[in-house]
Amino acid sequence: MDIAIFVLTLYKVTTYLIMKNNPVVSVIRFYYEGFRGMKLGKTLWLVILIKLFIMFVVLKIFFFPNILNSRFDTKEQRSEYVGNELIERK
Amino acid sequence: MVDWSRAQFALTAIYHWLFVPLTLGLGLILSIMETVYYKTGKTEWKRMTQFWMTLFGINFAIGIATGIILEFQFGTNWSNYSWFVGDIFGAPLAIEGILAFFMESTFIAVMFFGWNKVSKGFHLASTWLTVIGATISAIWILVANAWMQFPDGMTFNPITVRNEMTDFWSVLFSPVAINKFFHTVTSSWIIGAAFVIGISSWFILKNRELALARKSIQIAVIIGFAGTVLAIYTGDGSARQVAQKQPMKLAAMEGLYNGKTSNGLVLIGMLNPAKKSYDDAAKPFLFRVEIPYALSYLSFRDFKAFVPGITDLMNGGYAGITARGKQETTISVDEKMVRGRKALQALADFKRAKKANNDSLATVNRLILEKNYDYFGYGFIKDKKEVIPNVALTFYAFRIMVLLGFFFLVFFVLLWYMNHKDTLKNHKWLLWLSVLAIPLAYICSESGWIVAEVGRQPWVIQDIMPTFAAVSNIEVGSVQTTFFLFAILFAVLLIAEVSIMIKTIKKGPEDVH
Repeated sequence: MDIAIFVLTLYKVTTYLIMKNNPVVSVIRFYYEGFRGMKLGKTLWLVILIKLFIMFVVLKIFFFPNILNSRFDTKEQRSEYVGNELIERK
Repeated sequence: MVDWSRAQFALTAIYHWLFVPLTLGLGLILSIMETVYYKTGKTEWKRMTQFWMTLFGINFAIGIATGIILEFQFGTNWSNYSWFVGDIFGAPLAIEGILAFFMESTFIAVMFFGWNKVSKGFHLASTWLTVIGATISAIWILVANAWMQFPDGMTFNPITVRNEMTDFWSVLFSPVAINKFFHTVTSSWIIGAAFVIGISSWFILKNRELALARKSIQIAVIIGFAGTVLAIYTGDGSARQVAQKQPMKLAAMEGLYNGKTSNGLVLIGMLNPAKKSYDDAAKPFLFRVEIPYALSYLSFRDFKAFVPGITDLMNGGYAGITARGKQETTISVDEKMVRGRKALQALADFKRAKKANNDSLATVNRLILEKNYDYFGYGFIKDKKEVIPNVALTFYAFRIMVLLGFFFLVFFVLLWYMNHKDTLKNHKWLLWLSVLAIPLAYICSESGWIVAEVGRQPWVIQDIMPTFAAVSNIEVGSVQTTFFLFAILFAVLLIAEVSIMIKTIKKGPEDVH
């Protein structure tokens, strides 16, 4: 009986979600049709994606580690390090 | 390490600033164009809006994430600095990310995808909200930058070695931040206007899209003129803030070595390259043309006011006004260095006392630190001449910015008149000048940033932290490598953007969609 209620509820929720006037579906359709209809936009998105890949996957990971986060685990260790750095540079 | 880190940040910041002002300025112009379409229902305005919106989109797409790499550098090249200011910078940058980016990214989708899908009113609102979102982004970044120029609303915690925000509102409404925000945004309108006018002029030269070009110029000249007037007004406000809070920057902007009362403002001039130091005998200028009394008046609203030069600031001893508006006899840089070293030594002694669980000694040293904290950064200075920024770069950049600013004032008025009389097409020289005005507007804007950021050197936080204390303790090789990687990446992206932009302009406006 519980399984039947579960299946029925799932069916009703799914039917609701794919209804034509559902706002969530409308938004998804809006973006889908928007992206599909792009001409120049496709070129720009390609440039954006390549750029983001280079920045976040290549540059950030291999060349721009957060020095304090990568070397130290706690805030206390970081503040100790920076404090010593400043004192040693005077 | 310091120089390469500074060079990398300068490269990435200048690059980022190629895209932001056009987003703000062109965004405003096309929002107005769409408003006209909304009110009149005339499809020519819709076609115009869609054309400029395409160019807006190209600029926006190429500009995406150019700001993020500045933040990458905070964590890698400037780790001491990012820790030191984390509490102050964290809030503005977080608000920027949550509020402004979400606003921009949500409504920009409606702006591009929503034609004929949403109501005219909703689409218009989305266009405006995209531009407003971009402008709100600018507030928070500029608040952070203003704090670097005039640190306020914080207390230094020697336990965490961080500046902790004690007054959010004094950070947000700092007079430096307010002037900086309005000056930056209104100067962006100049770039947007120059861009629209330049491209429209090109169309007129090619005898194409004449009606669209004239109507575009009609809107752009008004925004450009308003932007210029407001930029001049807020620039004056910014200079007054600089006079009080960053007098060394003002002295560098003017090439002023020996201050005096009733000081004149240098209109144009050539610095003497033989002058290598503030205390050598060489004359500062080969020639200069001054506006009498103007510097005193613009700086302090008093024609007879004393404006200190570099020598006065180095030696102290004159009656001046502190950054917080207090009148007192100024101290020399030597004395500031003594107090700065006291502050740094007190920090070291405080930490030692804390480790030894000696609370009374820790308290004594904390008080010494607090008393001398205003000069903390001077404790790192080895040679007092380090506190003098690059005078030539600051001086010439300031002149370029101001002279181009006044050029644009006359330019927009002239364009308005010629366009109004429909005589532009008879003056090819003016049309070509309008095309040239596009890079001139960028040069004007970038020069302004050079004044602001080179003029504050060596400070990354005015008087509190110099650049050489702020940089990370890492190998310079990695900074050099990423510098050239950025240079190559940016060059490729810029070529891509300009190519796509030129191709789209040459193609011209499409039919209404």
